[in-house]
Amino acid sequence: MSPVVRLLVKRLSISVIVLIGVSMLIFTIARVIPGDPARIALGPNATTEQVEKLRDKLHLDEPIYIQYGYFVRDFAKGDLGVSLYTNRPVTTDIAQFLPATLELVIVAGMFMIGLGIPLGIMSARFRGKAADNIIRVISLLGVSAPSFVWAVILMLLFAFFLPLFPIAGQISDTLPVPQRITGFLLVDSLLDGNFRAFFSALHHIILPAFALALSGIGQAARLTRSNMVETYDKPYIEMAQSFGFPARRIANRYAFRPSLIPSLTIIGLDFAAMLGNAFLVEAVYAWPGLSRYGVQVILRKDLNAIVGTVLVISATFLIVNIIVDLLIAYINPRIRLAERGGS
Amino acid sequence: MRRIFYILLSNPLSVIGLVLVGTVVFSAVFADFIAPFPSHRGAVVDFSNFNQPPHWPNIFGTDLVGRDVFSRILYAYRISLILGVVVLAIAVPIGVTVGLAAGYLGGWTEFCLMRLTDVFLSIPPLVLAMSVMGLLEPTLTNGMLAVTTMWWPWYARLVYNVTRSEAQEGYVLAAEIIGASRLHVMFREILPNCVPSIVTKMTLDLGFVILIASSLSFLGLGVQAPTPDLGSMVAEGGNYLPDSWWLTVFPSLAILIAVFGFNLLGDAFRQVLGSDQ
Repeated sequence: MSPVVRLLVKRLSISVIVLIGVSMLIFTIARVIPGDPARIALGPNATTEQVEKLRDKLHLDEPIYIQYGYFVRDFAKGDLGVSLYTNRPVTTDIAQFLPATLELVIVAGMFMIGLGIPLGIMSARFRGKAADNIIRVISLLGVSAPSFVWAVILMLLFAFFLPLFPIAGQISDTLPVPQRITGFLLVDSLLDGNFRAFFSALHHIILPAFALALSGIGQAARLTRSNMVETYDKPYIEMAQSFGFPARRIANRYAFRPSLIPSLTIIGLDFAAMLGNAFLVEAVYAWPGLSRYGVQVILRKDLNAIVGTVLVISATFLIVNIIVDLLIAYINPRIRLAERGGS
Repeated sequence: MRRIFYILLSNPLSVIGLVLVGTVVFSAVFADFIAPFPSHRGAVVDFSNFNQPPHWPNIFGTDLVGRDVFSRILYAYRISLILGVVVLAIAVPIGVTVGLAAGYLGGWTEFCLMRLTDVFLSIPPLVLAMSVMGLLEPTLTNGMLAVTTMWWPWYARLVYNVTRSEAQEGYVLAAEIIGASRLHVMFREILPNCVPSIVTKMTLDLGFVILIASSLSFLGLGVQAPTPDLGSMVAEGGNYLPDSWWLTVFPSLAILIAVFGFNLLGDAFRQVLGSDQ
């Protein structure tokens, strides 16, 4: 087996163990709570009989490990149960709300990589100079506020005082929503050939995605900088400098490459944080994602929906981390070339 | 100690951090004396003076029931700091013990403890805290519990990494050879060498606990009214943008200033303690 495949198998198997752990954890938390979820779901006017019936249907009177057994059996069939809040299968609900959230997080991730890493490179190249200090303060400010604070401040500045961007929503109300194919509005409108919808959606996503990305941008810039500053002390950089290579080429090619790997690891972790923080940004911009659903089901103690939402978010996070690990394995010559030698 | 202070004071950014953190802590501790309207921390109503823009004596304006925003921010700082200190006081010992045990004992202990840590780390922190908080009743105690459950794994992982490299050092071997118990090696030999990393992280984390706690209450899953909280103040004011901008802008800046201060100070500690090693 090539090293990359071996890594993939190892990471996948560990992820499965972790995901089982996550399901047990969230399942336990969800079932030991005070209050009767069946009673909450049916409301105060339901009869005791109706409540008993629902309790029976949800297996709430069985011991918790048996309840977990039922859950695993249904999960194997791709069934996460019915949401007590929307009365629809949890999988349907998640399939409806997840794409909007993922779209937001992916665009924010692009901002994070596209702005954070170049800022870090610039900061390291001009280390100790004014440009470096300015970038460092900006990135520290980015890390220093929860994304809802940035969301509110950006909205105030660029939607109210300078009306450059729309205040809320995913697409302009006057446009017909493009046919739902993937659920990702940007992709769907392109597939539809509807460019007006595409630009409207793009216009709507920039501000929330940027608010979500700000702390990630700061993190990526800080990390890239600190790794590169370390690399700058290495003899091979001195050699490149004494050859008279341009400073820009040294920064972008020789000093940056080794620091790409640790930066990517952190970017994977930041992606997870953004999946959580998307809840905050979505609340500010009335974004029709998983957030409103998530907060509603949590407030209503909707067991199936809570377990399902947390599981899906965790699984997404694990998948992103596996992708990052594979990317690192591919970029890292020690792993990539070992594969070539082995086959 | 003097050397540490000298290095701290020689960097302007660290001084700014020290001043910001000092101001935040001072205003939280002495809120009773500084706040112009101490009673406004609770459920006070003053409809004759509601929703006023900043003016004297309400320098940050008044909220929708006429309470002084500046006074409420000071008391919100107090709640946030108490929450941060309590969370770290519980989460750090748990995380440190798990990390030490996993890193030093190895084998099945390591496998089980670190997989458990992975489980907690693979739920986005905010989502984990939200679930805990939503399923329990939203109170200050439960808020601390919710944030603690998501916080200890980070210390477990940090200490685990340091322990793994320290366990290879000669002094650990020497202690083992003279027959020191495992507990002695873990807590008396290895732990002191983890302290610089732990202290640095704790300083940074005081800021981040404030950040997470305000995020929870922003979503309505945190400290409940009438207790003042920066997150819920922003959430409440967000409905009245842009006209009543002071309701959101000042609490937002308050969060930013506090977390920024702790970050600057944490960075300074990292430089000082890093160069000491």
